[in-house]
Amino acid sequence: MKFLPLIWSNLKRKKLRTLLTLLSILVAFVLFGFLSAIKQALTGGVQLAGADRLIVRHKVSIIQLLPESYKARMERIPGVVLATYQTWFGGIYQDPKNFFMQNPVVPEEFLDIHPEIVLPPEQKKAWLQTRTGAIVGRKTAQRFHWKIGDKVPLLAIWSQKDGNRTWTFDIVGIYDGSKKGTDTTPMFFRYDYFDEARADAKGQVGWFTIRVKDPARAAETAKLVDQEFENSDAETKAEPEGAFAQAWVSQIGNVELIVAAILGAVFFTILLVTGNTMAQAVRERTGELGVLKAIGFTNAQVVSLVLIESCLLAGLGGVLGLTLAWLVISRGDPTGILPLFYFPAHDWFVGLGISLALGLATGFFPALQAMRLRVADALRRM
Amino acid sequence: MSENETSNGALVRVEGVEKVFHRGTEDIHVLADLSLRVPAREFLALMGPSGSGKSTLLNLIGGLDRPTKGSVTVGGEDIDRLSDRQLARWRARHVGFVFQLYNLMPALSAERNVELPLLLTHLSKAERKKHVETALAVVGLSNRAKHSPRTLSGGEQQRVGIARAIVTDPTLLLCDEPTGDLDRKAGDEILNLLQALNREHGKTIIMVTHDPHASARAARTVYLDKGQLGSDPVK
Repeated sequence: MKFLPLIWSNLKRKKLRTLLTLLSILVAFVLFGFLSAIKQALTGGVQLAGADRLIVRHKVSIIQLLPESYKARMERIPGVVLATYQTWFGGIYQDPKNFFMQNPVVPEEFLDIHPEIVLPPEQKKAWLQTRTGAIVGRKTAQRFHWKIGDKVPLLAIWSQKDGNRTWTFDIVGIYDGSKKGTDTTPMFFRYDYFDEARADAKGQVGWFTIRVKDPARAAETAKLVDQEFENSDAETKAEPEGAFAQAWVSQIGNVELIVAAILGAVFFTILLVTGNTMAQAVRERTGELGVLKAIGFTNAQVVSLVLIESCLLAGLGGVLGLTLAWLVISRGDPTGILPLFYFPAHDWFVGLGISLALGLATGFFPALQAMRLRVADALRRM
Repeated sequence: MSENETSNGALVRVEGVEKVFHRGTEDIHVLADLSLRVPAREFLALMGPSGSGKSTLLNLIGGLDRPTKGSVTVGGEDIDRLSDRQLARWRARHVGFVFQLYNLMPALSAERNVELPLLLTHLSKAERKKHVETALAVVGLSNRAKHSPRTLSGGEQQRVGIARAIVTDPTLLLCDEPTGDLDRKAGDEILNLLQALNREHGKTIIMVTHDPHASARAARTVYLDKGQLGSDPVK
């Protein structure tokens, strides 16, 4: 601590240069924060997937429908506790850009199999009593300023019996997530209403969600499910929910690799910028470092001073950048379409680790240069 | 360094020292078989033309460089046998340096500059403050403690440099052209201060200078020419 004024005075010496370097580090960490939040938004479903849940879809693709009657056969398979189903509704609210997911579900089964959906009891009761009732996640409700009692028209890919594709739902509940990363953008409404009103494909559903008795034997149960429907008109592909979510994310690409590539390029550039600043700063202070050595500072102490200075600069930029990113991200998803948008606590620590590593990497060569300095030579350069 | 360590006749003993610098394939002999003894509490001036090896000799005595041959003993310690780390610690405890161009840290105030050598000690903040105040009082700059070097005159900056050199109460002060960058009046003030440190505080001072006026303040003057002493070193 007693050396801090000396280190701080060195940083203050060329204020503009320090400020610009600090800003470049800050911007890099703001970007790091945003990319972390986006990565979390795209891959969060994988992390939050229920270990005891399987997703069963048509073997050909998820857009092929499966018979609703499979439910009873699935529930007879050993290891299956409960099976329920959902179907892609594909509704548009006012404008195609207002995208969010809506699916018809069997309310009690759906809430039973998804305990992370938190719905007040009176709202659940209202949903069971209202045939056109729908529950919507907090994020979407806030996005469109919906409240309980509102009637919401959606233009769907499904036609009703009279050919009309506009479906009207009554908002009877607004749900929250029991976990921080729970997606609260989708809307769910009753399957019985949907199936009765739709013009075609009656009795056909999009996919099944199965709860298994023993998560450790989920793969084995999935195999049994697929065997059950082998050689039928609609063969299935069952897989753990996490694998299903991962496959969904993989359609975009390897998100983690993309994020790592962008951040790698950014931090490599920052490494060069900051490294150059530190090298320049140490070169300018050659004589002063000589004086420090002359009055008794050891090589190790001089190396520590340079490294602490570079770590302080990188650390300050890192903390400010991460804090700024956290503040902006806390205000919510600027696009409004990401299922989740928050800065994961884990990435705070990763960010701090990167800033420390950046400080050490940028200070390493200047510190080495300072250590090798011969006092008598250095004093001649004052 | 205790009196016992110096009781064998001299605080500083330079014995048969040679210093050769290598520049490419060329060897430059700066000091050749040089011997010198400096008793404790002496004020010695080292004079000689440029390139005669004065500063090199001062660097060897201060442990800033190592002789190619021969030995340098200060206070009974054969300093050229010390490791770099031990030598740095030894300098911090026993030697104060005063430079021609003051060599202050421009971003630190006068008192912070003076405090620098104390950062290497185990003194508390309050104790360091007390030592700094004392050193600044000795050089007559108590009222300029908070000033940055660029707001001080050359003479004042050199006095801050001297305060930094004496703040750890070293036995030996090594001054490399301490008045070389000052006008006559400011130079005289610095020389008065060095004389007072020698006479009243018992500091052993070795001062490199070109200036006969400055060397006249020393108790003894030795002359260097082409790396060899030009007068009797044990006067």
